[in-house]
Amino acid sequence: MTAPLLDVDSLRVTFDTPRGPVLAVDGVSLQVGAGEVLGLVGESGSGKSVTLRAITRLLRRATVTGQVLWRGRDLLIQAEPALRAVRGREVAMIFQEPMAALNPVLTIGQQIEESLAAHGTLDRRARRARALELMDLVGIAAGAQRLGAYPHEFSGGMRQRAMIAIALAPQPMLLLADEPTTALDVTIQDQVLKLLLRLADELGMAMVLVTHDLGVVAETCSRVCVMYAGRVAEAGPVADVFAHPRHAYTAALLRSMPRPGPARERLAPIPGQPPRLDRAIPGCPFVPRCGLVEPRCPTHAPPLVPVAPAHQAACWSSARVAP
Amino acid sequence: MRGRAPLLAGGAILLALLLCALLPGVVAPYDPLAFDYAALLQPPGAAHPFGTDQFGRDILSRTIAAATIDLQIALFATTGPLVIGTAVGLLVGYYGGVADAVFGRVVDLVVTFPFLVLVIAIVAVLGPGLGNMYVAVTAVGWVFYARLMRGEVMVLRGQDYVSACKVLGYGQARILLRHVLPNAARPILVYWMTDMALAILLGSSLGYLGLGAQPPEAEWGVLIADGKNLFTQAWWVAVFPGFAIVLAGIGFSLAGDGMADLLDVKR
Repeated sequence: MTAPLLDVDSLRVTFDTPRGPVLAVDGVSLQVGAGEVLGLVGESGSGKSVTLRAITRLLRRATVTGQVLWRGRDLLIQAEPALRAVRGREVAMIFQEPMAALNPVLTIGQQIEESLAAHGTLDRRARRARALELMDLVGIAAGAQRLGAYPHEFSGGMRQRAMIAIALAPQPMLLLADEPTTALDVTIQDQVLKLLLRLADELGMAMVLVTHDLGVVAETCSRVCVMYAGRVAEAGPVADVFAHPRHAYTAALLRSMPRPGPARERLAPIPGQPPRLDRAIPGCPFVPRCGLVEPRCPTHAPPLVPVAPAHQAACWSSARVAP
Repeated sequence: MRGRAPLLAGGAILLALLLCALLPGVVAPYDPLAFDYAALLQPPGAAHPFGTDQFGRDILSRTIAAATIDLQIALFATTGPLVIGTAVGLLVGYYGGVADAVFGRVVDLVVTFPFLVLVIAIVAVLGPGLGNMYVAVTAVGWVFYARLMRGEVMVLRGQDYVSACKVLGYGQARILLRHVLPNAARPILVYWMTDMALAILLGSSLGYLGLGAQPPEAEWGVLIADGKNLFTQAWWVAVFPGFAIVLAGIGFSLAGDGMADLLDVKR
């Protein structure tokens, strides 16, 4: 296997709060290959978004350690100019709330053209033409008139499409999508997801899709990485992980999700709450909610180990996990 | 939605004052400096709507002529603080750190003293006159603009669109000037308007005290100071320039208010 585009190793993010340090991300490792779509799933507060923001160095007042190798170079230690050369041009990001992620005082056209101007060598006329192409690409009809509109004149789905157009303007190799459909209507969610997938495929772009919706992952991703309490619980090919989960949390998560098919079985919610992250958790963080606890689970954190080809899990009971 | 009445009313007042300020010779019925010994201390009447002073000078003409200096004060005494305060607030609010901590102490220091006392102290050291008054007001006034700007920017720097700009690889100057500044400018522009009203009051106060505009220059505060000794016999000498100050204050306040409403519509 060739070296992955993005290779995150032992990423740790600590926020210093007045009530003490909070370990939001605790030793996350993940890889994204060229053209691959990785789903990053987990409950709210499991560290998915923080992981993305740590990768792009968007966090303020946080201590980030570990390695974020982007094509062999560690982004965490790059100086500002080198970082800027990677941001946008090679790695782009879209956000959960498209309204908040668009500048309210500039038109959509200005914002797309600015993204082109910051990275390309196109002249004004070419930028305009390219902006129109991008509007077309993300499925905004009547692009010529829409370019002059302000974000507040757009609907939620349109805003997210515009956001995607801005992010794609510099033709990045990797798109980090931070819950891009969570703020949208269900019908629009599906359209935007399909759009992202089609674009990733057409442009040969890799994507990290952060979501808490397993259904979305099943539909869209080639690989999945399940996070719990700031750690990677399990990672592997989607089909493999969904059919044979090897972490007690993944299995419980799958049982809590409705499945297609005629059988009307009762859903099994996971009891309890995710643990608080403002104190150290010596063992596996899932222990209080787990049905397969072993004696060593509360005291010894399970390492992320291979359990099948290209499939890793961090669970002492992984052999006993039933789908 | 509120009407545009405040903005229109304020704008009309300011336009009238601006006309007086730019073309005092055209608007004023008399030469503001011409003595007329045949008409000393005339009460308001048909020939002199605002009356005359002890030299027979027409108060209406003098009040109109004074608009030039007072509007100049409104502009010059606020532009320096606006520019410096906006720049400092933008940088301090965005980058934070040591500069922000130092800035916080400077703010504490300045707000400890009453504004007027501080300005008077500086003018007293530099010497009276309009130029030194501008220096004094700028030296103190920028802090209030910067404080306002800093707060706005601190909110904005955590917004997703600022993160989006960073992750698009935009330079810091581009992010600050094109994305943060226009979104933070709204309250500071409104404050600027109301500050102009305060600047006229301040300029008049200092003129009255003899620290601002100096007597040959017609300025509303100076005119009031001229009339104060005549107040029991000829109230009109001091009262009409006072009305002019009130009118200018109302004009700037209404315009500021209307502008606040207008700018808010976009959000």
